[in-house]
Amino acid sequence: MTSLASTSAGRPSPPATPSIIEVSHVTKSFTSPDGSPLPVLDDISLSLHEGEIVALLGRSGSGKSTLLRCLAGLIAPTSGTVSYRGTPLNGANPGVSMVFQSFALLPWLTVAQNVELGLEAQGVGPAERKMRAEAVIDRIGLDGFESAFPKELSGGMRQRVGFARALVVEPDALLMDEPFSALDVLTALNLRAELLRLWSEPDFPTKAMLIVTHNIEEAVVLADRIFVLGSNPGRIRSEISCMFPQPRNRHDEAFGALVDQIYTLMTGGSTGAPAHVWTTATPGEGSPTEVPLPAATVGGMSGLLEILEARGGRDDLPQLAHDLTFEVDDLLPLVDAAQLLGLAEVEDADIEITDEGRGFVAADIQRSKEIFAREAEDRAPLVRAICRSLRATKDGTLGEGFFLDLLRRGFSEEEVRQQLDIAIQWGRYGELFDFDATTGQLTLEPPHPKVQSA
Amino acid sequence: MAMRRSIPVRAVLRRPTLSSADILVGALLLAILYIGVRLGRSLTVNFTPGHSTERISTNLSNLPYYALRSLTRMFIALALSTLFTFVYGAAAARLQRAQKVLVPILDILQSIPILVFLPVALTFFLKLFPNSLLGLEAASIFVIFTSQAWNMTFSFYHSLITQPIELDEAARMYRLTKWQRFWKLDVPSSMIGLVWNAMMSMGGGWFFLTASEAVTVFIHGKGQPIDLPGIGSYMGAAVKEGSVPKVLIGIVVMIILVVGTNFLLFRPLVAWAEKFRVETSTSSDTPRSSVLNLLRRSSIPSLLGRATRPIGRGLDRITRPFGLAEYPLALDATRKRFGDITFWVLVGGVSLWGAYAGLAYLGRVVGFSRFPYLFGLGFITFARVVVLIVISTLIWVPVGVKIGMDPKLSRYAQPVVQVLASFPAILLFPLITLVFIDLHISLNIGATLLMMLGAQWYILFNVIAGASSIPNDLREMSANMHLTRRLRWRRVILPAVFPYYVTGGITAAGGAWNASIVAEIVTWHHSTLHAKGLGNYIAVQSTDGKFAFLLGAGVVMSIFVVVVNRVYWRRLYQLAESRYSL
Repeated sequence: MTSLASTSAGRPSPPATPSIIEVSHVTKSFTSPDGSPLPVLDDISLSLHEGEIVALLGRSGSGKSTLLRCLAGLIAPTSGTVSYRGTPLNGANPGVSMVFQSFALLPWLTVAQNVELGLEAQGVGPAERKMRAEAVIDRIGLDGFESAFPKELSGGMRQRVGFARALVVEPDALLMDEPFSALDVLTALNLRAELLRLWSEPDFPTKAMLIVTHNIEEAVVLADRIFVLGSNPGRIRSEISCMFPQPRNRHDEAFGALVDQIYTLMTGGSTGAPAHVWTTATPGEGSPTEVPLPAATVGGMSGLLEILEARGGRDDLPQLAHDLTFEVDDLLPLVDAAQLLGLAEVEDADIEITDEGRGFVAADIQRSKEIFAREAEDRAPLVRAICRSLRATKDGTLGEGFFLDLLRRGFSEEEVRQQLDIAIQWGRYGELFDFDATTGQLTLEPPHPKVQSA
Repeated sequence: MAMRRSIPVRAVLRRPTLSSADILVGALLLAILYIGVRLGRSLTVNFTPGHSTERISTNLSNLPYYALRSLTRMFIALALSTLFTFVYGAAAARLQRAQKVLVPILDILQSIPILVFLPVALTFFLKLFPNSLLGLEAASIFVIFTSQAWNMTFSFYHSLITQPIELDEAARMYRLTKWQRFWKLDVPSSMIGLVWNAMMSMGGGWFFLTASEAVTVFIHGKGQPIDLPGIGSYMGAAVKEGSVPKVLIGIVVMIILVVGTNFLLFRPLVAWAEKFRVETSTSSDTPRSSVLNLLRRSSIPSLLGRATRPIGRGLDRITRPFGLAEYPLALDATRKRFGDITFWVLVGGVSLWGAYAGLAYLGRVVGFSRFPYLFGLGFITFARVVVLIVISTLIWVPVGVKIGMDPKLSRYAQPVVQVLASFPAILLFPLITLVFIDLHISLNIGATLLMMLGAQWYILFNVIAGASSIPNDLREMSANMHLTRRLRWRRVILPAVFPYYVTGGITAAGGAWNASIVAEIVTWHHSTLHAKGLGNYIAVQSTDGKFAFLLGAGVVMSIFVVVVNRVYWRRLYQLAESRYSL
């Protein structure tokens, strides 16, 4: 685990208050299609204490939602234990409520009925149920909407119902799974502020909150401690204490510095890059299962490079994301792809276009396809493996099954399909090979004189 | 998104004044209650097998009573199907081990031509309820049930396994009890599929109702025709009399029944079920029903709500001891292993023993040497099914496309076609038989037409649905690009309609196989026409009471249906799913 001391935050140390949820040495693996275990979480230990807000920050594939579900007692870890107030879980965590990304409201129940659901489950009588639900509904700004159905509400109002439903049972701890990411920027901003306002009220019954997010600023705005998770498999890469006073100002210099620092961590920049982070691949190295292709379209990546070139070839990633109103999950795959293909480089949360990248942006469509084809075949292991295998056959044709089997050694069934789809998309763009969806056959394109590799 | 302030709760609770809608609804309720009481008394009429107490009269004044008896049978069967659906579907979706057995069983049950087993069911239920018409009643209801239950169960099972994961998580997180989970999450989230399938089931059920009311019962090996009072047996009697006007009146009454249940029950139900849609986007043409609107304006909903609330509370309390809808995360590995082994040994043992006993029985009584002959008959019927599918396709695909592409036309045509599909074509057979006799048409050819009569509508219905789902921009594109008629059909229309056509084709073929049992032998007055085929064989064997031969023929027919489904329709379906789904 990389510990990181930042200028604005002290050394991470959990607060001295009693712990509510204790996670110790949790690993979680799913079974890959060919029977071998696929690790999703690797040796995670953390704790949630009274009086704090903790953020689990990671990119897609970091297993952060899986970890949250282990904490909630919805799924069992493969090894290690999760305990609530000292008792190991073997079923849904009795002391927590959860707020879902997709709200998870029952569309056939009214707002009031949805809110009362948890109380009804506890067997609370109708009169008391109504009273308590009304109190929470008032508190969360839903009064007047009691008899509305969820589909009549906007996304922001729906998530308010989600919060009301979670809080009415007065949980010990509140777990949130990307609660704001399905909302537009302004609504999310507003709801976050409301949540902090509730949290600061002296009679707020919930003692701790834990939020899963991929939004760096969101984590820095809300959390007292941030766990940054790395990908494939998910492990804690850094624990950052973040004790700015509330309300936090995102234009504050220290705030910006912390965001930058986390960006660097998440793009696997200069500070201790662990395995499975996309750095410029050395030509001809790495296997398709070691270096997965980032989920990026060629169009998206060249768009990013064009913007970068227009901005003078170098830019601050947080700034870029902010200007484009991109989320980390949208932007980083593009950055990864550009980095993998040697068209851009990332250092300390700064992205810089390379000479190849400049050539790629400046060239006409045919020429840029040639550059792309060359780089993809050199540096993207799966694309290279497909080209080589196709060349080794007599008629330059192979069924997709061959490559799917190859990928199954290192990926889940869903990822296997995704990896091959990305490779096919890249191969088609570079006119390296074509794919017939009906027959499932990959066919080598007639070799282009300039693209042919030695 | 538009935010609509809904009516405040207080206004609903205000004592409403009596409106005209209330009077109408109250009258209907009273009528239904009275009929229920009346029917309940007549069901327990004493009956000694061999002496039918009631002769079916073709007197018109009896017809309303017969129609209600039939309707009651249909609804009892539907209620049983619903109950079965909840138990079986939930077990298949929730019990890990049971799932591996229950789902294939359901798949097979769906492919079995049910009419084959009517005589068997009859004997069973007569033994269960001796000396009472109740046995016949039960057998008839059972046959209708078997025609209704499977697709409803599949729908429920499918809804359960595709339930949004976060709703499952929320239910566990908020610690719902088992009953709360079932009643607040499982049933509502599958409601739309259930209602639609119940409607389809009801349509299919009419056919089996009419076929199961006039039956032959075997007492000491002697066949005895016995009728249950109902619309089906009325038609049988009218045919025996050879009276065309009475047959026509029967047909009209049937149409009224089909349209009536559709209008008064299923349209309102379908419109009501819309509130259970999980996706939050609403499509432009949500089903509407004037009956439902009437009901909603009346004070029935609030009265019903007040009346059922204590029941709901009681159920909630009674079911609480069954525990939470939660399962332990970690299972004892050895115990699980032991359970697995026991389960599979048991299942394997029972199925092996059953297969062995069945084969031995067939071999002893029927003899395996007869099977080539049965398969030969099967191929003759199969040829009829193929011909009718081809002809229906050639006729109804162009018509369906025409209707479907015209939004105005399809809005009117779709309910009509739905009624046509629900109408039991078997009621038309006598009239057509009359024509066959007059024109000296062999039933060997005519049977194809009879089978087509009921089956073709499924193709038309689905093609209309497919054509009306072609997105507007695709239509505009093909007009804009001046596609020739040929190109438009080849590149736009046929591919778009294809997935729907396949669904219709499967249903039509399944219906045709079942129809062959009543279409390959028909009677009018004193003359009976025969067509060579497996359906005819089954029909003859069931009036002769040779159960073993019946079983043999039934197995052969099931094999045909299952094999054709697997090698032909399923492949088309997969192709449609992967390539042609819009």
